Amino acid sequence: MCSRFLAGSTMMAMLLLSACQREQRQSSGQPLAETAPASVQLPSVLIAGSRPAPTDPRGRLYEGNAYFLNEGQRLFEQFNCTGCHAHGGGDIGPPLMDDEWRYGGQMDQIVASIAYGRPNGMPSFADKLTEQQMWQIAAYVRSMSGNVPKDVASSRADELASTPSLTRTPRQPIRGEAGGGLQGVAP
Amino acid sequence: MTPQKNALAVCARLLWLLGVATSSIAAAPQLPLAPVSAAPAEDGQWTMPAKNFASTRYSALDQIKASNVKSLGLAFTFSTGVARGQEAAPIVVGDTMYVVTPYPNYLYALDLKNGGQLKWKYAPKPVPAAQGVACCDHVNRGVFYDGGRLFMNTLDGQTIAVDAASGKEIWKAKLANINLGESITMAPLVVKGKVLVGVSGGEFGVRGWLAALDAATGRLAWKAYHTGPDKDVLIGKEFKPFYAMDKGRNLGVKSWPPDAWKIGGGTVWGWISYDPDLDLIYYGTGNPGPWNPEQRPGDNKWTDGIFARDPDTGSAHWFYHVIPHDLYDHDTVNELILLDIPVGGRMRKVMIRPERTGYLYVIDRASGQVLSADPFYENINAYKGVNLKTGRLVTVADKEPKMGKVVRDICPTAPGAKDWNPSAFSPRTGLIYIPHMNLCMDWQSTQVSYISGTPYIGANVRMKAGPGGYRGELTAWDVMRRRSAFKIKEDLPLFSGALATGGDLVFYGTLDGWFKAIDARTGKLLWRFKTGSGIIGQPVSYRGPDGRQYIAVLSGVGGWAGAIVSANLDPTDPTAAKGFVGAVPDLKQRTTPGGTLYVFALPGR
Repeated sequence: MCSRFLAGSTMMAMLLLSACQREQRQSSGQPLAETAPASVQLPSVLIAGSRPAPTDPRGRLYEGNAYFLNEGQRLFEQFNCTGCHAHGGGDIGPPLMDDEWRYGGQMDQIVASIAYGRPNGMPSFADKLTEQQMWQIAAYVRSMSGNVPKDVASSRADELASTPSLTRTPRQPIRGEAGGGLQGVAP
Repeated sequence: MTPQKNALAVCARLLWLLGVATSSIAAAPQLPLAPVSAAPAEDGQWTMPAKNFASTRYSALDQIKASNVKSLGLAFTFSTGVARGQEAAPIVVGDTMYVVTPYPNYLYALDLKNGGQLKWKYAPKPVPAAQGVACCDHVNRGVFYDGGRLFMNTLDGQTIAVDAASGKEIWKAKLANINLGESITMAPLVVKGKVLVGVSGGEFGVRGWLAALDAATGRLAWKAYHTGPDKDVLIGKEFKPFYAMDKGRNLGVKSWPPDAWKIGGGTVWGWISYDPDLDLIYYGTGNPGPWNPEQRPGDNKWTDGIFARDPDTGSAHWFYHVIPHDLYDHDTVNELILLDIPVGGRMRKVMIRPERTGYLYVIDRASGQVLSADPFYENINAYKGVNLKTGRLVTVADKEPKMGKVVRDICPTAPGAKDWNPSAFSPRTGLIYIPHMNLCMDWQSTQVSYISGTPYIGANVRMKAGPGGYRGELTAWDVMRRRSAFKIKEDLPLFSGALATGGDLVFYGTLDGWFKAIDARTGKLLWRFKTGSGIIGQPVSYRGPDGRQYIAVLSGVGGWAGAIVSANLDPTDPTAAKGFVGAVPDLKQRTTPGGTLYVFALPGR
């Protein structure tokens, strides 16, 4: 009886915790410090001969949070990302909703693409976005290919509805990523 | 055209003048002709993309004709090594063919005496970042030959003169700045020792211009902007526009919200024609930026209109504002075909413009007066027509984009009833062969901020097939009767140019790679060949060193229409490629990227 109560309350607590994570707002940007990416990861799938580096833990925090994803969605339109990537289908830049990633599809790799730009046309946004905004956009970018927990993905598009809801987007696996942290489980 | 035929043509014109004087006796009206000074007699070559300064894209060569075209076969092929949209026209001078590719803009010389063997290759090495400011694939629309030199443009904004014999660079000039969103995709035109080059980037908030470089040195001779104060636009005492709406001082500033003209577009990425008799060049300017019209109240001069300028000084002679305050990204940069026709009993020097709006404009090229504007595209619902008294295009309030709502089923779409891909005129049939589209779109305007080097659009668009379900159409337009002679429906949007020949054939290609020959009088399909990739290039015809007639075209899908294939876009998102993916979600199942030159001839004798 007691142990069942304990188990139940533990489950409740975990649920509450994960719900907190989903709803947590970091509008001040303080808990996730405004520092330069500590280590831009270059996993072996991209660069021959390189050793896998540890993933930046901030990625999990951002892509597990509905508020950040919504901010990312808003910024994606406001900073003209749609001009080159449309709503994930691509245009001047490559699609973001499929399973092909020129420069890697992990959170810190996407942030690096946004911050530093890429040689074939992706401009650098280092002097236009705060680092927190870059992480938010990166989280939204990953939601386009179903690579964020379903319970945080935005269920409503801001633009003229043309793609399936992000909560129903099938996950496109990202090479070199073991698939961890994607099933709605808090880290 | 042989000298005899030329003489015949002159006689025909005299007779026709008589005919006009005594008013219509014959059932068939006389045929229009291109001015001989701008369209000289046939020499068997193809030295500029438009064939001649009148932009007829007509070859008088007549070996290949209806009776034998079915045995047309491959002479040789050549891989360009670039699997992006091939919009260029192959150029033929003497026994050499020149082909320019999309970025990285390789220029090849092929030996026509030796089965198309590579003579030399020139690689200008444009910066890779230029790919990020090319709105609609990495295209290049061709090179221009003049006086032993080839003049080419690169995606990153250089104009280069290359020695035609050796492939060695003579000079290069850096004109565009990719950090401002500027690029160059058009083919240059050389007039009286001046290389004319315009900027692309209407989707990036650039300030559009046309520049003239000294062909000998590459030094800038003049540069005319298409927004801003009159002195920048090279508007002075010689400027005499026909319509009141185009008269006034510094309209390039006054017709914009404060400072919006500085990022207002008005690019030049299409075609320039030249009339040596009037000594005027003619070209159109691109869309105002951003697409969202509510962010730029006013007429937005001098975007979306046609300029006549003095090639020596750049001084503007007249301007016609085809689309004041553009609502739909309807760049007015298409080809201008120079013809002489009788109008109301009087011979008029005119130019013909099949426009994105869906209307075919006949404009007096001396004065800029619009003589007629008839719909060559049957499903226009965004416009009601052109008011010939004021010159103003009449828009439809229901179809006007407004922020906060999605306006549905606007026809034609942003790329227009007809995009850049040029039509051809045959003096033998009097018809203009217009390859175009039948698409409609849904449009949602959004607020957009200017960030230099990134797209400045402010609209979400998705396109779809127009009424009837067919997406492409070739219209043969009868200039004198002001109606279509025949129409050919195509499943896919037409994005290739057209070629008319003296054998009364018309050639064009489809997005899924069929290269077709039709009867120029009836439209009957006479021959077709499946090339390796979709065709968005410009077919040409020439006489080879062996005296035979050849037909050449580049195959390689891409451009705005084919970006879904060349850039591997995702058809799940119909707004991809500024909405064009919505119109051609099936294209990846129908063709693959490529870049190959195909040259055809009749079997050897």
